[in-house]
Amino acid sequence: MTQAIFFVLIIFPGTGGEICVSRAMKTIGEVTDFRPHAIARFIGRALAVPWMWIGVAMMAMGFFALLGMLSVANVSFVFPATALSYAVGALGGKIFLGEKVTPQRWIGVLIVCLGVALVFIGKR
Amino acid sequence: MKSPEGLHFKTSLMILLMVIFGPLGDILLGKGMKKIPAMASWAPADVFHFFFAAFTSPTVWLGIGSLLTFFIAYMVVLSWADYSYVQPASALSYGLIAVLAYAVLHEVISPTRWAGVLMICFGVLVVGHTSPRTTPNTGSTTSAAITPRAAERAS
Repeated sequence: MTQAIFFVLIIFPGTGGEICVSRAMKTIGEVTDFRPHAIARFIGRALAVPWMWIGVAMMAMGFFALLGMLSVANVSFVFPATALSYAVGALGGKIFLGEKVTPQRWIGVLIVCLGVALVFIGKR
Repeated sequence: MKSPEGLHFKTSLMILLMVIFGPLGDILLGKGMKKIPAMASWAPADVFHFFFAAFTSPTVWLGIGSLLTFFIAYMVVLSWADYSYVQPASALSYGLIAVLAYAVLHEVISPTRWAGVLMICFGVLVVGHTSPRTTPNTGSTTSAAITPRAAERAS
């Protein structure tokens, strides 16, 4: 049961946090000037968007859940299982950010999921 | 840079920065922290010495700098590209770690792990052939300050 709770906390707040950060960035608009002072201004604007802070807090929650999960489960199980976050991320992008996830992108995301799982299984 | 090629180019460039600086930051931070003696106790003096040692280590600062570079590249690329494009593409870092572990550290990489790395590269190639942006552009950060209406449109 503890493992299931940690697992849900890794996948959903972790990925949800990244989606919130993405939403914050879309609110600000596309970066077209890459000079250091323009990037610094962009970061300043990003930090003023509440979605950014919600995202960072959720990502922190996901990170601490990962630490908790590693204390109760084997690394060889934890990391391959977290590969699922790529599929959840694509679904979240579609639902919460209105992205068009084409069948081709879905196939790519699922191949990446399997690849990440294999990398960690192969690590032992 | 409004053409699809330009969009692909700057997206790939930012993802490359993420793929390089993310794992590099993790490695440097890990290496730096391992050189520091473990905290003897939770007594304020010991906690102070631990953090003093951590924040005076050049390796730790290089790690923090790398992770900051990673996060800025991540924020910048998400200002125009889809999250469902950036997230799988950034998994290329697993491939880079495996190649570096093999080439630099001479670690033995199992065939399963190589298969995983190849699969990630193939998956990223498939995702990379889709458009990096499928949502309307909310405008440039440098052309004008964000207006409440633009923010509303974006959300």
